[in-house]
Order: sequence, then structure tokens, then C-alpha cells
Amino acid sequence: MEDKNKNRVPLGQKPHIVEKPKDPSGIGGTITVEINEKKVTVPMGTTILEACRENQIHIPTLCYHDDLCFAGVCRLCVVEVEGMATLAAACAFPITAPIKIKTSSPKVRRARKHVIDLLLSEHYGECYSCIRNNNCELQSLAKEYGVTDYTFGHIEKKRYEIDDSSFSIIRDLDKCVLCKRCVRTCIDLQEVGVLEAIGRGHETHIGTFLDKPLADVICINCGQCINRCPTGALHEKEISNEIWEAIDDPTKHVVIQTAPSPRAAIGEEFGLEPGHSMTFKMNTALKRIGFDAVFDTNFTADLTIIEEGTELLMRLYKALVNKDESVKLPQFTSCSPGWVKYLEHFYPEYVEHLSSAKSPQQMFGALLKTYYAKKLKLDPSKIVSCAVMPCSAKKFECNRPEMNDSGYQDVDYGLTTRELAKMIKEAGIHLPEMPDSHFDNPFGDASGAGLIFGATGGVMEAAIRSVIEFITGDKAEEIFEGMNVMPVRGFDGIKYAEIKIDHVGPVPDLIKHLVPNWDWVKGATLKVAVAHGTANAKKVMDDIRAGGKFSQCHFIEFMACPGGCLGGGGQPIPTNEEIRKKRAQAIYAEDAGLELRKSHENPSIIQTYKEFLTDGPCGHIAHKLLHTHYTVRGKYIA
Amino acid sequence: MENKIERKGQVIFSGYKYGEGIKKALKLSPQDILFELRESKLRGRGGAGFPTSTKWMLTAATLDPEKYLICNADEGEPGTFKDRVLLTEYFNLVFDGMVIGGYTIKAKYGILYLRGEYKYMVPDIEAHLEKMRKDNLLGKSILGKEDFNFDIEIRLGTGAYICGEETALIESLEGSRGEARNRPPFPVNRGYMGKPSSVNNVETFANIPFIVMKGGKWYSKLGTEKSTGTKLFSVSGDCEKPDVYELPWGTKVSELLELVGAKNTKAVQVGGASGQCIPKSQFDRMLAYEDLSTGGSIKIFNESRNMLHILKNFMEFFVEESCGQCVPCRVGNVKLLEGTEMLLKGEFTFEYINKLKELGRTMKIASKCGLGQSSPNPFLSILENFKDEVFNQGMEE
Repeated sequence: MEDKNKNRVPLGQKPHIVEKPKDPSGIGGTITVEINEKKVTVPMGTTILEACRENQIHIPTLCYHDDLCFAGVCRLCVVEVEGMATLAAACAFPITAPIKIKTSSPKVRRARKHVIDLLLSEHYGECYSCIRNNNCELQSLAKEYGVTDYTFGHIEKKRYEIDDSSFSIIRDLDKCVLCKRCVRTCIDLQEVGVLEAIGRGHETHIGTFLDKPLADVICINCGQCINRCPTGALHEKEISNEIWEAIDDPTKHVVIQTAPSPRAAIGEEFGLEPGHSMTFKMNTALKRIGFDAVFDTNFTADLTIIEEGTELLMRLYKALVNKDESVKLPQFTSCSPGWVKYLEHFYPEYVEHLSSAKSPQQMFGALLKTYYAKKLKLDPSKIVSCAVMPCSAKKFECNRPEMNDSGYQDVDYGLTTRELAKMIKEAGIHLPEMPDSHFDNPFGDASGAGLIFGATGGVMEAAIRSVIEFITGDKAEEIFEGMNVMPVRGFDGIKYAEIKIDHVGPVPDLIKHLVPNWDWVKGATLKVAVAHGTANAKKVMDDIRAGGKFSQCHFIEFMACPGGCLGGGGQPIPTNEEIRKKRAQAIYAEDAGLELRKSHENPSIIQTYKEFLTDGPCGHIAHKLLHTHYTVRGKYIA
Repeated sequence: MENKIERKGQVIFSGYKYGEGIKKALKLSPQDILFELRESKLRGRGGAGFPTSTKWMLTAATLDPEKYLICNADEGEPGTFKDRVLLTEYFNLVFDGMVIGGYTIKAKYGILYLRGEYKYMVPDIEAHLEKMRKDNLLGKSILGKEDFNFDIEIRLGTGAYICGEETALIESLEGSRGEARNRPPFPVNRGYMGKPSSVNNVETFANIPFIVMKGGKWYSKLGTEKSTGTKLFSVSGDCEKPDVYELPWGTKVSELLELVGAKNTKAVQVGGASGQCIPKSQFDRMLAYEDLSTGGSIKIFNESRNMLHILKNFMEFFVEESCGQCVPCRVGNVKLLEGTEMLLKGEFTFEYINKLKELGRTMKIASKCGLGQSSPNPFLSILENFKDEVFNQGMEE
């Protein structure tokens, strides 16, 4: 299925232009080249850039990105290859002959400086008024090459209007360096294909279909383009000013929920290595900033598991016992707003497969302005509900017109990890120095099952931990060593697992009114799958459409972003697989250290059903507040 | 449009009977043809001058059963119009050449990539291809040779200069934006649809039937040692007879100027916009790959012309026609155009102009494809060869 040739990347940019041998130790598998007069041996087909990196030779890059196919357009990585009349782009040059390479000759250095000078001459604006100040690859290159003046002038007039039509993503083309990372992210990594170069020569710019505003095309708001943009040309729509205003307004009760992934990454914004979990330090920082209460989105992640898990069991019951053919299976997860919009655009005929359960963010929003307001005797109109998310699409999600079941907009502001880090800095707080503090009541600390929602496979693992206990009555830790459901973990693009149910137990009280017994699942095999990144989602969806293996699944987790939420479009920049793996490690390590690791055992969940959602999971109250519906969008937008 | 041919030479315009070359070729083995081709020392007529036999040999040597032979008819270099002549009056040469090429490299498919502006030629060309099919010179089992199937399809460009660059042409054929690819891999290994492809110029194909008919040795005796055969020159500008001329390689610029009736010539731009501009003192240089290489465009400028106006015109062309993907070409050409405008106004410093020259030299080696690698040529050559004129402009006005 991993057929790279089937996607829409122009052939000239395909990765592995020369296939590397499977076993480089065989005859002809490696080749010895000279880099700066030093002999190095590399597998055949290794690019010059890879060979240099493996040998600690730094080559500047701009259009190159670890996650993407190459482009070879910025010409910063040029090197001299003996015998060639022109310089070669190291990122795109596969080694297949014993060549001699010079990475820092006068010609090479002059060319690189020229490229930087040319880019700066067209780069509108000043660094200190840019969202990417101090985290900009062009700025770093200018420093690296000792730029002290604008050799070829500096543009003084804006050429393009800022596109701020989207709830999530802002495009500022005057800062664009045309590296096309966003284009490649959109079409190759995500298989969405909203962005492409338009125009020719000096008029070339990155645009959408017919140069329409981003809100009017089939952008899914995943923000992966933001994460890979080297400059400030793409960024989230910032809402921190509105939040500051609310905080400063004494009549407002400002609360914030924090998703699992920001805490696993926000340390990077404060100079820490990736992989430091900042959960309880972040709580303190948020309280000091002035939020009236800090809640854990993991609580509603736990709630999602109960609602979505119950929904799944109901679908299975209807399909298997009632033989109801209208039941849509497999059921798809619905917590990733990027994925939801992707499905609505690209596979609209499948929207009924989406779980009707809202995402944890939106469930929390609905509860805060109802249950919480009632419990604390607050006027819901005075509650400002914020959510820190690893995600740019969450900004779109909270603005969906149907997301107002509390009688108000359920979630007022979604802000990204990056924006929160800025707010914390602006408040004069150095996050790593904060003492720990817990989440606020009445929701308290949540389970590890909710926490692992942040990593690809996490929702599935959390669901399995609960569903398997519901059905068999056995403890999840007895079935899965250390309660870790390994088949759904890891960074493989698509994961598949089967769980045989050879015995059943009693139906737990919580859902007794929905299912009389489990006899009907005895001997069945639960088939599940996990896909992350919409390119992988596309493969699974195409397989389902063709009636393949995945159409036989019962439950599939889809996440729009590579790596799941921890690789979301609102997370700290830069990103690559190594960074994402470290964030995942932080999340799994925190989960492993928790007492409470199953959603249905979360005492706040039990209490919430007892006190508020009194007719149980998928009951009327739950349906009104915690479930939603979707829009058949298709690809053609007026 | 009316074609005018002023001088018919010993090869292309020497007369040819339709289908003759194919008949002869099919009696030979592909190896025999490659041998003759190597003997002929024919080099690509698009301008780069890559040995045709090498290109075909490399494509023939690949094991992939699916190969493509592509005729680059995206004639877009300013001042070039010789392919127009070939494709309107001499297409039997071109297509016979393509069939021979298909036989030689074992390709089943040939593609004629025709520039958008030549759309009007399509009906005539289609009619000719249909005739070839009827005469069994195209299609299945050509001339009864059972395992030789070859057909030609016409595909139209949409007016981008960059699509004359072979890898950009291939991208365009595949339905993508016309942008040059990274090399390696080269099209002979991985071209159209990822398959081995040989991209050759219209005029290159037109030479093939003659080499097959008369032999490589005969051909190699024409022209010079390193530039064999004849060349079609598209002559335009300040002269009495601006037309297409077939002349042997090695012809001196001064000889050509006399032939075309050019008077008071100040400069000759050899090789179109991306070529070199030479002054009077260099008119004894010869037109040949080893001296003044050209895809055919010869533009003549007399004493009344302002070299900076000419340069500005070229630079405007490149600013517009750069595909826009790589930095040196996209932005560099803008800077060279700005520099030209400074010179025109006389508002410049030598320090800055020298920086631009240095930039031009970087563009030549750091740009991604031939467009950016050659676009600084007019800037560099005009500033070098017409120093007195260009550095004193604004002051006179």
C-alpha cells in the first residue's frame, strides 16, 4: 500500500530517486566518495546531504525538510562536485559514483550568500514585528552567513494582501520564500492538495484554487503547513489578545482546559529538549496568568471513551443482534477536527460512520456552561471557556455553528501551544521554574487513558482498555502487559489489530439499560485500525471504499496529523519524527506512572453521570450536550 | 504564416523522398544505426549540443520495456523560427527521423510536444501522421517488421518558455506545472512517467534520415571537427534577408552577415536571449559548438541600436519566463533587470554593478536548470563587450 508513485507529487520530486540497496553490505551496495578531501563510504543512492550529515558536515538548507519529499529549489545546499560545470543541490543529489565533493569552496559560499541576499531583498517586513522572530530559518541563515546589510536592496511595499479568512490559518505571502514546503506538506504528507504555486517568474506565489481565500477552499485546517513553514508566512490566527481582555475583565469567569499534547511539548518553547512533560508546572503558570480555573481535557477524553465506546457497542448490537443493515460500521473516531473536515470534503458519503460523540474539547465546553455553571452557581454567559490545544483546527471546530448546545458558544477560544507559551512568557513566567499544582475541581485529575489521546493509537488504546473490561469483566492489565496495548502504538502510518473475545462477563451497571448481556459477542473478533496523517487516512478510506480489509473493521481511529495530536499544527516549531517520538515517550511515560489509567474508573466521570448525565451514556442529556452531527461538504464549494 | 528559406544546404533542404529513411533503417539493426550516428558525431540541435548517439544509446541500454521518444517542438527561444519551417513544410523528415529513433531505442511511443502557439499546424501534422499510418510507416508492425510498433501523439504546450527545457517539458506532459527537475536522474533513465525517455529537438530528428541514408562518415565530413553537419539558422534583425539559412557549422559570423545583407552591424546576439552578444571585433569567430554555440537564433543589431535597450528587453523576458521555483533565477533576473535600468538612467555605482556581475556568475552555476544558468549571459556579455556604450548612457541623455 505504501506506493509513493500513486500520490500526486510531481515525479521529479519523488523521494528515493535512486533506490537504496536493501542490504548495503552486498557487492556494489556502498560507494566511497570524497567530501572535503576526506573519504567516506555510504550506501548507494544516499544523497550528498545525508552523507554530509552523517559525517558531521553542516550544509545549510531551507526548502529541505525531514518529513517531506525534496524540491531542490532554494539552492542553499549547493555543493561543488568535481567535473560538473554547475553546483549540485546536496539535498537532491543521489550518490551513485565515486565523486569528489567540496562543501565550502569560495564558489559555494558565494552562491549561498547570494541566495540569502536575494531572499532578503524580497522579504517584506522586519524581524521584530514577526510572529516567528527568533524561530525563523531565514533569520538564522542570515545570521549564519553574517548578513549585515541588504546587498540587493530590501522590498518596501507589501505585494500581497494577508489572507485571514480562515478561523485557523493566516497566510502572509510577503514573508513567503517559495520553498514550497507547505505545498509538499499539503499534497504529499497530507494528500489534501489545497496549496500550489501559481503564476510564473517573479509573479510566482503560493495560492489556492483560483486564488480563493483559504476559508473558501477544502483546507482541513490541520496546520501542518504552519509547522513546516520556515518563516512567518503561515501562522495560526492568534486570539491571545481576546483572552487577555477576558482575564482582565473582573466580571468574567475565565476557565481553560488543557489537552494532553501541549504539556508534552510546551517545554520546547522554553528551551527544553523535546520529551519533557510539563503538566503540573503548566497548571501553576495558568493560574498565575489569571485563569480562574484550570481543567484537564483528559477528563472529557475519558468521557469521550464512555460515550464513543457505548456508541460503538450499540452499533455492534444493532448490527449483530437486531440485524439492522442501516448501521454504519466501521465506526470512525471524531476527536480530530482536521480529520472530520477531511472526511466531510473527501469522503462525504461516509460521514455517518463518524462517531456522533463530540471531541473532548467540545464536550468540555458544553459541560462547563451547563453542569459546571450550575454546580458553582455561575452565570454561564459570564464564563469564558478557553482551550489550549496542539491544534489549529480546534479553532475552526469551536466556531462550528452547531457547537452551541449549552445555549452559548460552547468553547469560546481555542489557542495553540505556541500561543500559550507566548502568553506565559508575556506574563513574565519561566515555565520550567514553576512549582507543581493540580487541576481544579470538580473535574480534578483525569486518567492515563485520556492522556494518551495525544499520541497516534491513544484513543484506540483507551477505548480498548475500557471496552475489553466492559465485555469480559477481566482487568485490562491482565490481558495487556502493563496495560499497554502495544499493537496500536508506534509511528507506523497504518496499524491494524485483532482482539479475540473468547469469554464474556456481566454487563456493567453504567450501560445495563442498553445491553441485556454479552452473549452475542462471545467468540467474536474485534477488528480495529489506526491511521495518522490524512495521507494514511486516505489509504484506509480508499481500501474501505474498495471493500478491502479495513471495511471489515469495527472501529478505526483517525488523526489528521502525523504522530497524532502531539504532531498537531499548533505545536512548537520545528517538528520531525524524532521530536514527535520524544513527545510520545513523554506522554506514555506519564501514563505508565499514573494510578488511574482507565476512563471508566475515573471517579469524576462516575460522579458526572450520577449527578448530571443521569440517563447514562448516550442518553438524552448526553445526546443533547455531548453528541453532534456532521456536514456533507464535498470538494465543490461555491 | 509564410515561410522563407534563403539558403538550402547539403543536408536538411537537400531533398528527401518520404519514407526512404525508414525503409533503409529497418534493414539495419538498431546497433548499426547507433554506430552510424556515432560516426556522424551529430549533436543536439536544441542548443546544448549533447551527442545524440550517446543519448539514444543510454536510452536504448535501459532494460525497461516502456520507453518514450519525445520531440521537443516547444520552439520558444526569441528569434528562433526554423522548427516552424520544418514542421510546416518538412515534417516528413522530422517524423521519419522519429520513427527511426523509435526503432533504434526500442520505444513504442513517440510524443511531439508542440508549442501552444503552433496549434494551427495540428491539422496538417495529423493528416500527415494519418498518411504515414496508412502507408504502414507508423503504427503496428511498421513495414512488415513484426516486433516494431511505434506511434506518435501530438501534445500541446501552453506557451511557457521553460517547457523547452527537457525536464520541465516532461513535467508539463505529465500534467504538472512546467518546472525543471533535479538532475540526476536524467530523462534517459527516468523521464516521462518515470520511464526512460529521450528528448530531442525537431531539427535533430530532421538530420537522422540523411545520416541513415548516406552514412555517418559522409555526415561527419560536413562542418567542423567537433560540430559536424549543417545547421539551420533563424536570422532576424537589421539585415536585408532575415530568413532561415542552412549553413555548415563553422561558418564565420562575418560570412553570415554578408550573406544576409547586414550593414553597419554593431552586435550579433548568437543563441537567442540566453546566448551571447558579440561586438564587431569578434565577427571572425565561427558558429560552432566549440566557439559560438547556438540553437539557431541569430539576431543582428546595427549602429542605430542601443545595447541597453536590447539588454532590458532580454532581461524583461527572463523575469517573466523564469518558472519561479529556484531563487537565483526567480530573484536574480529581477536584480539584473533593475541593474540594467540603473545603467539606462546612469544612476549606478560601479561597485553595485560589479556585485551584479558576481551575482550573474553565481546564477550560472547555482540555478536549477538551463534557463537560470544562461539568463545572465546577455547581461554579462553586453556589459563586457560594450563597456564604453553601456556605462555612459544616462550621462548622454
